[in-house]
Amino acid sequence: MSENSETAYFGRRYSLSASHRLHSDALSAEQNRAAYGKCNNPHGHGHNYVVEVLLGGKVDPETGMVLNLAALDETVQRRVMERFDHTNLNLDPAFVNRVPTTENLCRAVFELLDGAVEPAKLAQVRVEETENNFFEYKGEVAGDTASW
Amino acid sequence: MVFLTRRATFSASHYYWNEAWTAEKNEQVFGRCANRNGHGHNYTLEVTVAGEPDAITGFVVDLKWLKDVMEQEVLAAYDHRHLNLEVEEFAQGKLIPTTENIAIAAWKRMEPAVTAAGGARLSRVRVYETPEIFAEFRGGL
Repeated sequence: MSENSETAYFGRRYSLSASHRLHSDALSAEQNRAAYGKCNNPHGHGHNYVVEVLLGGKVDPETGMVLNLAALDETVQRRVMERFDHTNLNLDPAFVNRVPTTENLCRAVFELLDGAVEPAKLAQVRVEETENNFFEYKGEVAGDTASW
Repeated sequence: MVFLTRRATFSASHYYWNEAWTAEKNEQVFGRCANRNGHGHNYTLEVTVAGEPDAITGFVVDLKWLKDVMEQEVLAAYDHRHLNLEVEEFAQGKLIPTTENIAIAAWKRMEPAVTAAGGARLSRVRVYETPEIFAEFRGGL
């Protein structure tokens, strides 16, 4: 086979449908409405999210792959889809003390997959809430001291 | 530094097979992709170059020139071809035409022409096998 053991990225997109309500207990009713507008509607609303997982790693000379697609699908299904797909995000333990904005969903998905895609490394998670907005998270970067 | 990206599409057939393995192992690892009659995709090739806009033209590179590089170096070899049988870098089982390897091979095909032209450097080559699956090569991680 080839001498090739270059490093490359492999990306895969998944569809996830869920509902959420943007509401912070730290804010008054008026402040919540001001901050979140119609996303603060008490009964919530839903999206067809697209979760894009980007892996980086060596291209295995035997398979030509960074990670077997079937293995990635299984990991994403088990760790992310079974947990969030067709659920109310506000009821998930990850969002008990955290507003389920798509920024926070993006971080939650990253944390659920980080370390679970070996020998590849999770390079980035991108979540598209609608076709016009999306969020990307690459893990903690130097100087970022936010607790999670 | 400005990044400029151009897309093109090509259609090709391929299959995944490691000649060093048994048929059973190939089928176990590669699943449906191991069917040796091949199957095909409409690929999208996305090429990003990086550089400073020229003071006179305002271009990082001339997009027509980039289109020609993509067509001459990659599409002329890959479009409407069977990658395993007709493309030199993948032929005779030398290299499995996975999306990862296609992205790396496309980079290697275009990099000399981009470098020789001066002005901009090749920054990223992304290849979509389907709208949901892509691989990307940046010359390293």
